[in-house]
Amino acid sequence: MMVMKNKTSSSIKVFVLLILLAICIVSFFISIGKGSLDISFQEVIKAIFIEDDTVNHRIIFNVRLPRTLVAGLVGICLGVSGAILQGVMRNPLAAPNIIGVSSGAGLMAYIILILFPKYYYLVPIGAFVGALFATLLIYLLAWKNGVNPMRLILAGVAVSSLLGAGISSLMTLFPDKVAGAVGFMVGGLSARTWPDFNILWPYALLGLVLTFLFPKKLNILMLGDEIATGLGLNVERTRLMFIAFAALLAASAVSVVGLLGFVGLIVPHTARLIIGSDYRYLFPATAILGATVVMLCDTIARLVFDPVEIPVGIVMSLLGAPFFLFLLRERKSMER
Amino acid sequence: MILHAKDICLRYGNKEVVKNVSITVNKGEVVSIVGPNGCGKSTILKALSRYIKPSKGEILLEGKNIQTIPTKKAARKIAILPQVRNVPNDFTVETLVSYGRYPHLSFGNRLKKEDVETIDWAINKTGMNQLRERTVATLSGGEQQRAWIAMALAQRPEILILDEPTTFLDISYQLEILELVKELNKALSLTIIMVLHDINQAIRYSHRIYVIKNGEVYSHGDSKTLISSDLLRRVFRIEADALEDSTNGCPYYIPQKMVIG
Repeated sequence: MMVMKNKTSSSIKVFVLLILLAICIVSFFISIGKGSLDISFQEVIKAIFIEDDTVNHRIIFNVRLPRTLVAGLVGICLGVSGAILQGVMRNPLAAPNIIGVSSGAGLMAYIILILFPKYYYLVPIGAFVGALFATLLIYLLAWKNGVNPMRLILAGVAVSSLLGAGISSLMTLFPDKVAGAVGFMVGGLSARTWPDFNILWPYALLGLVLTFLFPKKLNILMLGDEIATGLGLNVERTRLMFIAFAALLAASAVSVVGLLGFVGLIVPHTARLIIGSDYRYLFPATAILGATVVMLCDTIARLVFDPVEIPVGIVMSLLGAPFFLFLLRERKSMER
Repeated sequence: MILHAKDICLRYGNKEVVKNVSITVNKGEVVSIVGPNGCGKSTILKALSRYIKPSKGEILLEGKNIQTIPTKKAARKIAILPQVRNVPNDFTVETLVSYGRYPHLSFGNRLKKEDVETIDWAINKTGMNQLRERTVATLSGGEQQRAWIAMALAQRPEILILDEPTTFLDISYQLEILELVKELNKALSLTIIMVLHDINQAIRYSHRIYVIKNGEVYSHGDSKTLISSDLLRRVFRIEADALEDSTNGCPYYIPQKMVIG
Protein backbone atom coordinates (compact mmCIF):
# COMPACT_ATOMS: atom_id res chain seq x y z
CA MET A 1 0.00 0.00 0.00
CA MET A 2 2.74 2.33 0.95
CA VAL A 3 4.62 1.66 -2.24
CA MET A 4 1.54 2.62 -4.22
CA LYS A 5 0.96 5.82 -2.31
CA ASN A 6 4.60 6.74 -2.66
CA LYS A 7 4.34 6.17 -6.36
CA THR A 8 1.36 8.47 -6.74
CA SER A 9 3.07 11.27 -4.88
CA SER A 10 6.25 10.88 -6.92
CA SER A 11 4.34 10.62 -10.19
CA ILE A 12 2.55 13.87 -9.35
CA LYS A 13 5.95 15.44 -8.83
CA VAL A 14 7.26 14.09 -12.11
CA PHE A 15 4.14 15.47 -13.80
CA VAL A 16 4.78 18.90 -12.25
CA LEU A 17 8.37 18.73 -13.49
CA LEU A 18 7.14 17.99 -17.00
CA ILE A 19 4.79 20.99 -16.91
CA LEU A 20 7.65 23.20 -15.74
CA LEU A 21 9.81 21.82 -18.52
CA ALA A 22 7.11 22.58 -21.10
CA ILE A 23 6.87 26.16 -19.82
CA CYS A 24 10.65 26.39 -20.01
CA ILE A 25 10.72 25.26 -23.64
CA VAL A 26 8.00 27.74 -24.57
CA SER A 27 9.99 30.48 -22.85
CA PHE A 28 13.05 29.46 -24.83
CA PHE A 29 11.22 30.02 -28.11
CA ILE A 30 9.63 33.26 -26.91
CA SER A 31 13.06 34.51 -25.93
CA ILE A 32 14.47 33.69 -29.33
CA GLY A 33 11.46 34.90 -31.30
CA LYS A 34 10.80 38.22 -29.60
CA GLY A 35 12.93 41.28 -30.14
CA SER A 36 13.26 44.35 -32.30
CA LEU A 37 12.31 41.99 -35.09
CA ASP A 38 9.60 39.46 -34.19
CA ILE A 39 10.20 36.03 -35.64
CA SER A 40 7.35 33.52 -35.51
CA PHE A 41 7.71 30.05 -34.00
CA GLN A 42 7.73 28.33 -37.41
CA GLU A 43 10.34 30.73 -38.70
CA VAL A 44 12.48 30.15 -35.63
CA ILE A 45 12.37 26.40 -36.19
CA LYS A 46 13.10 26.86 -39.88
CA ALA A 47 15.96 29.26 -39.16
CA ILE A 48 17.57 26.92 -36.65
CA PHE A 49 17.23 23.61 -38.44
CA ILE A 50 16.80 24.25 -42.13
CA GLU A 51 17.93 27.61 -43.41
CA ASP A 52 21.32 29.07 -43.48
CA ASP A 53 22.46 32.49 -44.51
CA THR A 54 19.02 34.11 -44.32
CA VAL A 55 18.51 37.22 -42.20
CA ASN A 56 16.50 35.28 -39.64
CA HIS A 57 19.16 32.63 -39.44
CA ARG A 58 21.87 35.21 -38.86
CA ILE A 59 19.91 37.12 -36.22
CA ILE A 60 19.09 33.95 -34.38
CA PHE A 61 22.47 32.29 -34.60
CA ASN A 62 24.68 35.29 -34.02
CA VAL A 63 22.59 37.19 -31.51
CA ARG A 64 19.53 35.62 -29.95
CA LEU A 65 20.36 31.94 -29.59
CA PRO A 66 23.64 32.40 -27.69
CA ARG A 67 22.13 35.09 -25.51
CA THR A 68 19.10 32.94 -24.65
CA LEU A 69 21.34 29.96 -23.93
CA VAL A 70 23.54 32.04 -21.65
CA ALA A 71 20.42 33.37 -19.90
CA GLY A 72 19.05 29.87 -19.37
CA LEU A 73 22.35 28.47 -18.18
CA VAL A 74 22.93 31.36 -15.78
CA GLY A 75 19.44 30.84 -14.35
CA ILE A 76 20.13 27.16 -13.85
CA CYS A 77 23.50 27.77 -12.17
CA LEU A 78 22.34 30.49 -9.80
CA GLY A 79 19.12 28.70 -8.94
CA VAL A 80 20.76 25.37 -8.17
CA SER A 81 23.55 27.10 -6.27
CA GLY A 82 20.96 28.81 -4.07
CA ALA A 83 19.03 25.56 -3.58
CA ILE A 84 22.21 23.85 -2.41
CA LEU A 85 23.09 26.62 0.03
CA GLN A 86 19.60 26.82 1.53
CA GLY A 87 19.90 23.11 2.30
CA VAL A 88 23.48 23.16 3.54
CA MET A 89 22.88 26.16 5.81
CA ARG A 90 19.37 25.03 6.73
CA ASN A 91 18.48 28.66 6.27
CA PRO A 92 15.83 29.98 3.89
CA LEU A 93 17.75 33.23 3.40
CA ALA A 94 20.92 31.59 2.19
CA ALA A 95 21.89 32.52 -1.35
CA PRO A 96 25.09 32.54 -3.39
CA ASN A 97 26.07 35.95 -1.99
CA ILE A 98 26.22 34.50 1.52
CA ILE A 99 29.33 32.48 0.63
CA GLY A 100 31.03 35.55 -0.78
CA VAL A 101 30.48 34.77 -4.44
CA SER A 102 29.06 38.21 -5.23
CA SER A 103 31.46 40.28 -3.19
CA GLY A 104 34.51 38.28 -4.25
CA ALA A 105 33.59 38.44 -7.92
CA GLY A 106 32.56 42.09 -7.60
CA LEU A 107 35.81 43.23 -6.03
CA MET A 108 37.96 41.43 -8.57
CA ALA A 109 35.87 42.78 -11.46
CA TYR A 110 36.14 46.32 -10.10
CA ILE A 111 39.86 46.03 -9.54
CA ILE A 112 40.29 45.00 -13.16
CA LEU A 113 37.79 47.48 -14.64
CA ILE A 114 38.95 50.49 -12.60
CA LEU A 115 42.65 49.94 -12.02
CA PHE A 116 43.56 47.92 -15.10
CA PRO A 117 40.88 48.78 -17.66
CA LYS A 118 43.14 47.63 -20.50
CA TYR A 119 42.68 44.08 -19.31
CA TYR A 120 38.87 44.23 -19.31
CA TYR A 121 38.78 40.85 -21.10
CA LEU A 122 40.14 39.25 -17.93
CA VAL A 123 36.97 40.17 -16.01
CA PRO A 124 35.25 36.77 -16.34
CA ILE A 125 38.24 34.77 -15.17
CA GLY A 126 39.07 37.35 -12.50
CA ALA A 127 35.52 37.33 -11.18
CA PHE A 128 35.52 33.55 -11.18
CA VAL A 129 38.75 33.38 -9.17
CA GLY A 130 37.58 36.15 -6.84
CA ALA A 131 34.32 34.35 -6.13
CA LEU A 132 35.98 31.04 -5.32
CA PHE A 133 38.66 32.73 -3.26
CA ALA A 134 36.08 34.58 -1.17
CA THR A 135 34.20 31.32 -0.56
CA LEU A 136 37.38 29.62 0.55
CA LEU A 137 38.23 32.50 2.87
CA ILE A 138 34.78 32.39 4.48
CA TYR A 139 34.96 28.64 4.90
CA LEU A 140 38.37 28.84 6.58
CA LEU A 141 37.28 31.68 8.88
CA ALA A 142 34.23 29.71 9.95
CA TRP A 143 36.27 26.58 10.65
CA LYS A 144 36.62 25.55 14.27
CA ASN A 145 36.51 21.78 14.77
CA GLY A 146 34.21 21.78 11.79
CA VAL A 147 31.99 24.38 10.27
CA ASN A 148 28.57 25.10 11.64
CA PRO A 149 26.03 26.78 9.39
CA MET A 150 25.47 29.78 11.65
CA ARG A 151 29.20 30.55 11.90
CA LEU A 152 29.44 30.20 8.14
CA ILE A 153 26.65 32.71 7.60
CA LEU A 154 28.20 35.18 10.05
CA ALA A 155 31.65 34.79 8.48
CA GLY A 156 29.97 35.28 5.11
CA VAL A 157 28.33 38.52 6.18
CA ALA A 158 31.60 39.80 7.65
CA VAL A 159 33.78 38.95 4.67
CA SER A 160 31.17 40.25 2.23
CA SER A 161 31.01 43.61 3.93
CA LEU A 162 34.80 43.77 4.06
CA LEU A 163 35.07 43.11 0.34
CA GLY A 164 32.17 45.49 -0.19
CA ALA A 165 34.19 48.17 1.54
CA GLY A 166 36.94 47.46 -0.97
CA ILE A 167 34.50 48.00 -3.81
CA SER A 168 33.20 51.24 -2.28
CA SER A 169 36.71 52.63 -1.79
CA LEU A 170 37.56 51.94 -5.41
CA MET A 171 34.39 53.75 -6.46
CA THR A 172 35.18 56.71 -4.23
CA LEU A 173 38.82 56.99 -5.25
CA PHE A 174 38.19 56.66 -8.97
CA PRO A 175 34.79 58.23 -9.54
CA ASP A 176 35.57 58.97 -13.20
CA LYS A 177 36.04 55.32 -14.01
CA VAL A 178 32.98 53.99 -12.24
CA ALA A 179 30.60 54.33 -15.17
CA GLY A 180 32.21 51.51 -17.12
CA ALA A 181 32.03 49.17 -14.17
CA VAL A 182 28.46 49.69 -13.04
CA GLY A 183 27.15 47.18 -15.58
CA PHE A 184 28.88 44.34 -13.80
CA MET A 185 27.31 45.31 -10.49
CA VAL A 186 23.75 45.28 -11.78
CA GLY A 187 24.19 42.18 -13.88
CA GLY A 188 23.04 41.98 -17.45
CA LEU A 189 22.95 39.87 -20.54
CA SER A 190 23.43 42.62 -23.07
CA ALA A 191 25.60 41.51 -25.99
CA ARG A 192 26.34 38.10 -24.50
CA THR A 193 27.21 35.71 -27.27
CA TRP A 194 29.03 32.48 -28.10
CA PRO A 195 32.36 33.18 -26.35
CA ASP A 196 30.43 33.85 -23.13
CA PHE A 197 28.46 30.66 -23.58
CA ASN A 198 31.67 28.75 -24.17
CA ILE A 199 33.20 30.07 -20.97
CA LEU A 200 30.13 29.15 -19.01
CA TRP A 201 28.97 25.72 -20.07
CA PRO A 202 31.89 23.48 -19.06
CA TYR A 203 31.82 24.71 -15.44
CA ALA A 204 28.04 24.69 -15.34
CA LEU A 205 27.86 21.15 -16.68
CA LEU A 206 30.49 19.91 -14.25
CA GLY A 207 28.79 21.55 -11.28
CA LEU A 208 25.35 20.32 -12.27
CA VAL A 209 26.38 16.73 -12.90
CA LEU A 210 28.16 16.54 -9.55
CA THR A 211 25.26 18.16 -7.72
CA PHE A 212 22.60 15.97 -9.30
CA LEU A 213 24.46 12.84 -8.23
CA PHE A 214 23.90 13.41 -4.52
CA PRO A 215 20.42 14.80 -3.76
CA LYS A 216 19.89 12.24 -1.00
CA LYS A 217 22.93 13.41 0.92
CA LEU A 218 21.50 16.92 1.00
CA ASN A 219 18.10 15.61 2.13
CA ILE A 220 19.79 13.93 5.06
CA LEU A 221 21.94 16.93 5.86
CA MET A 222 18.72 18.95 6.27
CA LEU A 223 17.68 16.73 9.18
CA GLY A 224 20.46 18.16 11.34
CA ASP A 225 24.16 17.42 11.85
CA GLU A 226 23.70 14.88 14.62
CA ILE A 227 20.95 12.95 12.87
CA ALA A 228 22.98 12.97 9.65
CA THR A 229 26.02 11.62 11.51
CA GLY A 230 23.83 8.94 13.06
CA LEU A 231 22.60 7.94 9.61
CA GLY A 232 26.15 7.43 8.43
CA LEU A 233 26.74 10.65 6.53
CA ASN A 234 30.13 12.31 6.78
CA VAL A 235 28.69 15.72 7.62
CA GLU A 236 31.82 17.86 7.31
CA ARG A 237 32.91 16.35 4.03
CA THR A 238 29.41 16.52 2.54
CA ARG A 239 29.00 20.16 3.54
CA LEU A 240 32.38 21.15 2.07
CA MET A 241 31.58 19.27 -1.12
CA PHE A 242 28.22 20.99 -1.60
CA ILE A 243 29.61 24.44 -0.79
CA ALA A 244 32.28 23.83 -3.42
CA PHE A 245 29.62 22.85 -5.98
CA ALA A 246 27.53 25.91 -5.11
CA ALA A 247 30.55 28.19 -5.39
CA LEU A 248 31.54 26.68 -8.73
CA LEU A 249 28.05 27.12 -10.18
CA ALA A 250 27.49 30.64 -8.90
CA ALA A 251 31.01 31.80 -9.73
CA SER A 252 30.76 30.62 -13.32
CA ALA A 253 27.41 32.38 -13.74
CA VAL A 254 28.53 35.60 -12.07
CA SER A 255 31.74 35.74 -14.09
CA VAL A 256 29.73 35.93 -17.30
CA VAL A 257 26.74 38.12 -16.39
CA GLY A 258 27.80 40.05 -13.30
CA LEU A 259 25.98 40.14 -10.00
CA LEU A 260 22.52 38.74 -10.63
CA GLY A 261 21.73 38.08 -7.01
CA PHE A 262 18.01 37.63 -6.97
CA VAL A 263 17.72 34.33 -8.88
CA GLY A 264 19.66 32.36 -6.31
CA LEU A 265 17.34 33.37 -3.51
CA ILE A 266 13.86 33.44 -5.03
CA VAL A 267 13.96 30.64 -7.59
CA PRO A 268 14.83 27.82 -5.16
CA HIS A 269 12.19 29.16 -2.77
CA THR A 270 9.54 29.20 -5.45
CA ALA A 271 10.54 25.73 -6.60
CA ARG A 272 10.30 24.53 -3.01
CA LEU A 273 6.79 25.93 -2.69
CA ILE A 274 5.76 24.19 -5.89
CA ILE A 275 7.40 20.80 -5.48
CA GLY A 276 8.51 20.41 -1.87
CA SER A 277 11.88 20.06 -0.15
CA ASP A 278 12.95 16.67 -1.45
CA TYR A 279 16.13 17.48 -3.38
CA ARG A 280 15.58 14.65 -5.83
CA TYR A 281 12.78 16.81 -7.27
CA LEU A 282 13.88 20.20 -6.00
CA PHE A 283 17.13 20.24 -7.99
CA PRO A 284 15.53 19.64 -11.39
CA ALA A 285 12.60 21.95 -10.56
CA THR A 286 14.98 24.74 -9.52
CA ALA A 287 17.11 24.28 -12.63
CA ILE A 288 14.11 24.42 -14.98
CA LEU A 289 12.52 27.33 -13.17
CA GLY A 290 15.81 29.24 -13.00
CA ALA A 291 16.30 28.94 -16.75
CA THR A 292 12.70 29.98 -17.42
CA VAL A 293 12.82 33.01 -15.17
CA VAL A 294 16.07 34.42 -16.54
CA MET A 295 15.12 33.80 -20.18
CA LEU A 296 11.71 35.44 -19.78
CA CYS A 297 13.01 38.38 -17.75
CA ASP A 298 15.74 38.99 -20.29
CA THR A 299 13.16 39.00 -23.06
CA ILE A 300 11.17 41.60 -21.17
CA ALA A 301 14.34 43.57 -20.46
CA ARG A 302 15.00 43.74 -24.19
CA LEU A 303 11.45 44.60 -25.15
CA VAL A 304 9.86 47.14 -22.78
CA PHE A 305 11.94 50.16 -23.72
CA ASP A 306 13.07 48.88 -27.08
CA PRO A 307 15.52 49.90 -28.52
CA VAL A 308 16.98 50.71 -25.09
CA GLU A 309 17.65 47.67 -22.96
CA ILE A 310 17.29 47.64 -19.20
CA PRO A 311 19.46 45.31 -17.12
CA VAL A 312 17.78 41.96 -16.57
CA GLY A 313 18.48 42.11 -12.81
CA ILE A 314 16.09 45.04 -12.45
CA VAL A 315 13.31 43.26 -14.34
CA MET A 316 13.78 40.19 -12.23
CA SER A 317 13.45 42.05 -8.97
CA LEU A 318 10.45 44.08 -10.17
CA LEU A 319 8.50 41.05 -11.35
CA GLY A 320 9.91 38.29 -9.19
CA ALA A 321 9.48 39.81 -5.77
CA PRO A 322 5.72 40.48 -6.03
CA PHE A 323 5.15 37.10 -7.66
CA PHE A 324 7.06 35.40 -4.90
CA LEU A 325 5.10 37.19 -2.19
CA PHE A 326 1.87 36.25 -3.95
CA LEU A 327 2.94 32.60 -4.02
CA LEU A 328 3.82 32.72 -0.36
CA ARG A 329 0.38 34.06 0.58
CA GLU A 330 -1.46 31.57 -1.61
CA ARG A 331 0.46 28.74 -0.07
CA LYS A 332 -0.35 29.89 3.41
CA SER A 333 -4.07 30.17 2.78
CA MET A 334 -4.01 26.69 1.24
CA GLU A 335 -2.46 25.25 4.33
CA ARG A 336 -5.03 26.74 6.62
CA MET B 1 30.05 -5.97 25.94
CA ILE B 2 28.64 -4.30 22.87
CA LEU B 3 29.79 -0.73 23.52
CA HIS B 4 32.73 0.29 25.70
CA ALA B 5 33.92 3.83 26.37
CA LYS B 6 37.46 3.52 27.75
CA ASP B 7 38.76 6.45 29.81
CA ILE B 8 37.40 9.05 27.44
CA CYS B 9 38.01 12.77 27.79
CA LEU B 10 35.85 15.19 25.84
CA ARG B 11 36.44 18.86 25.29
CA TYR B 12 34.76 21.83 23.66
CA GLY B 13 37.65 23.98 22.47
CA ASN B 14 40.02 24.10 25.41
CA LYS B 15 37.42 23.35 28.02
CA GLU B 16 37.46 19.79 29.26
CA VAL B 17 33.85 18.80 29.89
CA VAL B 18 34.26 15.09 30.49
CA LYS B 19 37.23 13.54 32.29
CA ASN B 20 38.31 9.87 32.13
CA VAL B 21 34.85 8.44 31.86
CA SER B 22 34.46 4.72 31.30
CA ILE B 23 31.11 3.23 30.42
CA THR B 24 30.29 -0.31 29.45
CA VAL B 25 27.06 -1.40 27.86
CA ASN B 26 26.08 -5.03 27.43
CA LYS B 27 23.98 -6.39 24.61
CA GLY B 28 20.26 -6.16 25.33
CA GLU B 29 20.63 -3.77 28.25
CA VAL B 30 18.85 -0.50 28.94
CA VAL B 31 21.41 1.90 30.39
CA SER B 32 20.46 5.38 31.56
CA ILE B 33 22.82 8.25 32.18
CA VAL B 34 21.66 10.77 34.77
CA GLY B 35 23.21 13.80 36.40
CA PRO B 36 22.65 17.49 37.09
CA ASN B 37 22.43 20.00 34.23
CA GLY B 38 25.82 20.70 32.68
CA CYS B 39 27.46 17.59 34.14
CA GLY B 40 28.46 16.39 30.66
CA LYS B 41 25.95 13.58 30.20
CA SER B 42 24.68 14.77 26.84
CA THR B 43 28.28 15.30 25.75
CA ILE B 44 29.05 11.69 26.61
CA LEU B 45 26.06 10.64 24.55
CA LYS B 46 27.31 12.69 21.60
CA ALA B 47 30.64 10.87 21.80
CA LEU B 48 28.94 7.48 21.97
CA SER B 49 26.99 8.44 18.87
CA ARG B 50 30.19 9.46 16.99
CA TYR B 51 29.23 13.12 16.79
CA ILE B 52 32.24 14.31 18.79
CA LYS B 53 35.64 12.69 19.03
CA PRO B 54 37.25 11.92 22.38
CA SER B 55 40.43 13.93 22.94
CA LYS B 56 41.72 10.98 24.95
CA GLY B 57 40.64 7.37 25.28
CA GLU B 58 38.56 5.42 22.81
CA ILE B 59 35.09 4.07 22.27
CA LEU B 60 34.86 0.48 21.19
CA LEU B 61 31.91 -0.95 19.29
CA GLU B 62 32.14 -4.73 19.54
CA GLY B 63 35.84 -4.30 20.24
CA LYS B 64 36.60 -1.94 17.33
CA ASN B 65 37.35 1.76 17.67
CA ILE B 66 34.19 3.57 16.67
CA GLN B 67 36.13 6.34 14.91
CA THR B 68 37.88 3.93 12.56
CA ILE B 69 34.76 1.99 11.54
CA PRO B 70 33.39 3.34 8.22
CA THR B 71 30.60 5.71 9.18
CA LYS B 72 27.86 3.94 7.22
CA LYS B 73 28.83 0.63 8.76
CA ALA B 74 28.63 2.10 12.24
CA ALA B 75 25.24 3.58 11.36
CA ARG B 76 23.93 0.09 10.69
CA LYS B 77 24.76 -0.78 14.31
CA ILE B 78 23.97 2.42 16.19
CA ALA B 79 20.95 4.67 15.69
CA ILE B 80 20.74 7.97 17.51
CA LEU B 81 17.98 10.35 18.41
CA PRO B 82 19.49 13.67 19.48
CA GLN B 83 17.53 16.61 20.83
CA VAL B 84 18.50 18.93 18.02
CA ARG B 85 16.94 17.90 14.73
CA ASN B 86 15.05 19.41 11.92
CA VAL B 87 12.52 18.26 9.42
CA PRO B 88 11.33 20.17 6.34
CA ASN B 89 7.65 21.14 6.55
CA ASP B 90 6.51 18.94 3.72
CA PHE B 91 8.20 15.67 4.75
CA THR B 92 5.74 12.95 5.69
CA VAL B 93 6.31 10.36 8.39
CA GLU B 94 6.90 7.81 5.67
CA THR B 95 9.53 9.98 3.97
CA LEU B 96 11.32 10.60 7.25
CA VAL B 97 11.32 6.91 8.18
CA SER B 98 12.67 5.99 4.75
CA TYR B 99 15.87 7.93 5.51
CA GLY B 100 16.58 5.32 8.17
CA ARG B 101 17.52 3.04 5.29
CA TYR B 102 20.29 5.39 4.12
CA PRO B 103 23.17 3.50 5.78
CA HIS B 104 22.02 0.32 4.07
CA LEU B 105 21.89 1.75 0.56
CA SER B 106 24.90 1.59 -1.69
CA PHE B 107 25.73 4.49 -3.99
CA GLY B 108 22.72 5.80 -5.89
CA ASN B 109 20.58 2.83 -4.96
CA ARG B 110 16.87 3.12 -4.73
CA LEU B 111 14.83 1.51 -1.99
CA LYS B 112 14.42 -2.19 -2.62
CA LYS B 113 11.47 -4.33 -1.60
CA GLU B 114 13.31 -5.32 1.54
CA ASP B 115 13.87 -1.68 2.48
CA VAL B 116 10.20 -0.86 1.94
CA GLU B 117 9.26 -3.78 4.18
CA THR B 118 11.62 -2.57 6.88
CA ILE B 119 10.10 0.91 6.68
CA ASP B 120 6.61 -0.60 7.01
CA TRP B 121 7.76 -2.68 9.93
CA ALA B 122 9.28 0.32 11.72
CA ILE B 123 6.13 2.38 11.20
CA ASN B 124 3.94 -0.40 12.57
CA LYS B 125 6.27 -1.11 15.47
CA THR B 126 5.95 2.49 16.67
CA GLY B 127 2.18 2.62 16.10
CA MET B 128 2.49 5.28 13.40
CA ASN B 129 0.49 3.46 10.75
CA GLN B 130 -2.50 5.80 10.94
CA LEU B 131 -0.22 8.83 10.69
CA ARG B 132 2.18 7.70 7.98
CA GLU B 133 0.84 10.11 5.34
CA ARG B 134 0.85 13.10 7.66
CA THR B 135 3.64 15.64 7.52
CA VAL B 136 5.86 15.39 10.57
CA ALA B 137 5.55 19.11 11.29
CA THR B 138 1.79 18.78 11.93
CA LEU B 139 2.14 16.02 14.53
CA SER B 140 2.08 16.45 18.29
CA GLY B 141 5.33 16.26 20.26
CA GLY B 142 4.80 12.66 21.26
CA GLU B 143 3.88 11.59 17.75
CA GLN B 144 6.93 13.36 16.34
CA GLN B 145 9.10 11.54 18.83
CA ARG B 146 7.61 8.23 17.71
CA ALA B 147 8.21 9.17 14.06
CA TRP B 148 11.90 9.80 14.79
CA ILE B 149 12.12 6.53 16.73
CA ALA B 150 10.60 4.80 13.69
CA MET B 151 13.32 6.34 11.53
CA ALA B 152 15.95 5.06 13.95
CA LEU B 153 14.36 1.60 13.93
CA ALA B 154 14.42 1.53 10.13
CA GLN B 155 18.22 1.53 10.46
CA ARG B 156 17.79 -1.93 12.05
CA PRO B 157 20.36 -0.98 14.66
CA GLU B 158 21.58 -3.06 17.57
CA ILE B 159 21.97 -0.01 19.75
CA LEU B 160 19.56 2.90 20.08
CA ILE B 161 20.85 6.08 21.72
CA LEU B 162 18.25 8.56 22.98
CA ASP B 163 19.01 12.03 24.32
CA GLU B 164 16.31 13.04 26.79
CA PRO B 165 13.50 11.39 24.82
CA THR B 166 10.79 12.67 27.17
CA THR B 167 11.77 16.33 27.40
CA PHE B 168 8.98 18.73 26.35
CA LEU B 169 6.40 15.92 26.37
CA ASP B 170 3.40 15.88 28.68
CA ILE B 171 3.07 13.10 31.19
CA SER B 172 1.05 10.71 29.03
CA TYR B 173 3.47 10.97 26.11
CA GLN B 174 6.39 10.50 28.47
CA LEU B 175 4.85 7.25 29.62
CA GLU B 176 4.05 6.23 26.07
CA ILE B 177 7.60 6.83 24.81
CA LEU B 178 9.24 5.03 27.70
CA GLU B 179 6.86 2.10 27.40
CA LEU B 180 7.71 1.96 23.70
CA VAL B 181 11.42 1.98 24.53
CA LYS B 182 10.89 -0.81 27.04
CA GLU B 183 8.96 -2.88 24.54
CA LEU B 184 11.56 -2.40 21.81
CA ASN B 185 14.22 -3.53 24.25
CA LYS B 186 12.26 -6.65 25.15
CA ALA B 187 10.87 -7.59 21.76
CA LEU B 188 13.95 -6.89 19.65
CA SER B 189 16.57 -7.21 22.40
CA LEU B 190 17.60 -3.74 21.25
CA THR B 191 20.31 -2.23 23.41
CA ILE B 192 19.22 1.18 24.69
CA ILE B 193 21.39 3.99 26.00
CA MET B 194 19.58 7.13 27.09
CA VAL B 195 19.99 10.33 29.01
CA LEU B 196 17.03 10.96 31.30
CA HIS B 197 16.22 13.89 33.53
CA ASP B 198 13.73 12.11 35.70
CA ILE B 199 15.49 9.87 38.24
CA ASN B 200 12.36 7.85 38.90
CA GLN B 201 11.92 7.11 35.21
CA ALA B 202 15.57 6.08 34.98
CA ILE B 203 15.13 3.70 37.93
CA ARG B 204 11.96 2.20 36.52
CA TYR B 205 12.92 1.85 32.87
CA SER B 206 16.59 0.87 32.90
CA HIS B 207 18.68 -2.05 34.01
CA ARG B 208 21.69 -0.01 34.98
CA ILE B 209 22.34 3.65 35.66
CA TYR B 210 25.45 5.81 35.35
CA VAL B 211 25.43 8.88 37.58
CA ILE B 212 27.59 11.68 36.19
CA LYS B 213 28.81 14.60 38.28
CA ASN B 214 31.19 17.33 37.08
CA GLY B 215 32.21 15.38 34.01
CA GLU B 216 33.10 12.21 35.87
CA VAL B 217 31.30 8.98 36.68
CA TYR B 218 30.14 9.43 40.27
CA SER B 219 28.84 5.90 40.53
CA HIS B 220 27.10 3.26 38.51
CA GLY B 221 25.25 0.05 39.07
CA ASP B 222 21.92 -1.71 39.17
CA SER B 223 19.10 0.78 38.80
CA LYS B 224 17.01 -0.71 41.60
CA THR B 225 19.76 -0.40 44.22
CA LEU B 226 22.15 2.32 43.04
CA ILE B 227 20.11 5.41 43.85
CA SER B 228 19.78 6.40 47.49
CA SER B 229 18.73 9.47 49.41
CA ASP B 230 22.39 9.97 50.20
CA LEU B 231 23.37 9.90 46.51
CA LEU B 232 20.61 12.36 45.61
CA ARG B 233 21.87 14.70 48.31
CA ARG B 234 25.48 14.55 47.15
CA VAL B 235 24.86 14.69 43.39
CA PHE B 236 21.67 16.69 42.98
CA ARG B 237 21.78 18.54 46.31
CA ILE B 238 18.23 17.62 47.23
CA GLU B 239 16.65 15.96 50.22
CA ALA B 240 14.35 13.20 49.01
CA ASP B 241 12.11 10.65 50.67
CA ALA B 242 12.23 7.09 49.40
CA LEU B 243 8.99 5.23 48.77
CA GLU B 244 8.38 1.81 47.29
CA ASP B 245 6.60 1.55 43.95
CA SER B 246 5.17 -1.90 44.50
CA THR B 247 3.51 -2.12 41.07
CA ASN B 248 6.83 -1.83 39.28
CA GLY B 249 8.95 -3.24 42.06
CA CYS B 250 11.34 -0.35 42.34
CA PRO B 251 12.08 2.54 44.67
CA TYR B 252 10.49 5.93 44.07
CA TYR B 253 11.93 9.21 45.29
CA ILE B 254 10.00 12.32 46.20
CA PRO B 255 12.17 15.45 46.24
CA GLN B 256 11.41 17.50 49.36
CA LYS B 257 13.80 20.42 49.54
CA MET B 258 17.16 21.79 48.43
CA VAL B 259 20.22 21.06 50.53
CA ILE B 260 21.43 24.40 51.92
CA GLY B 261 25.13 25.24 51.77
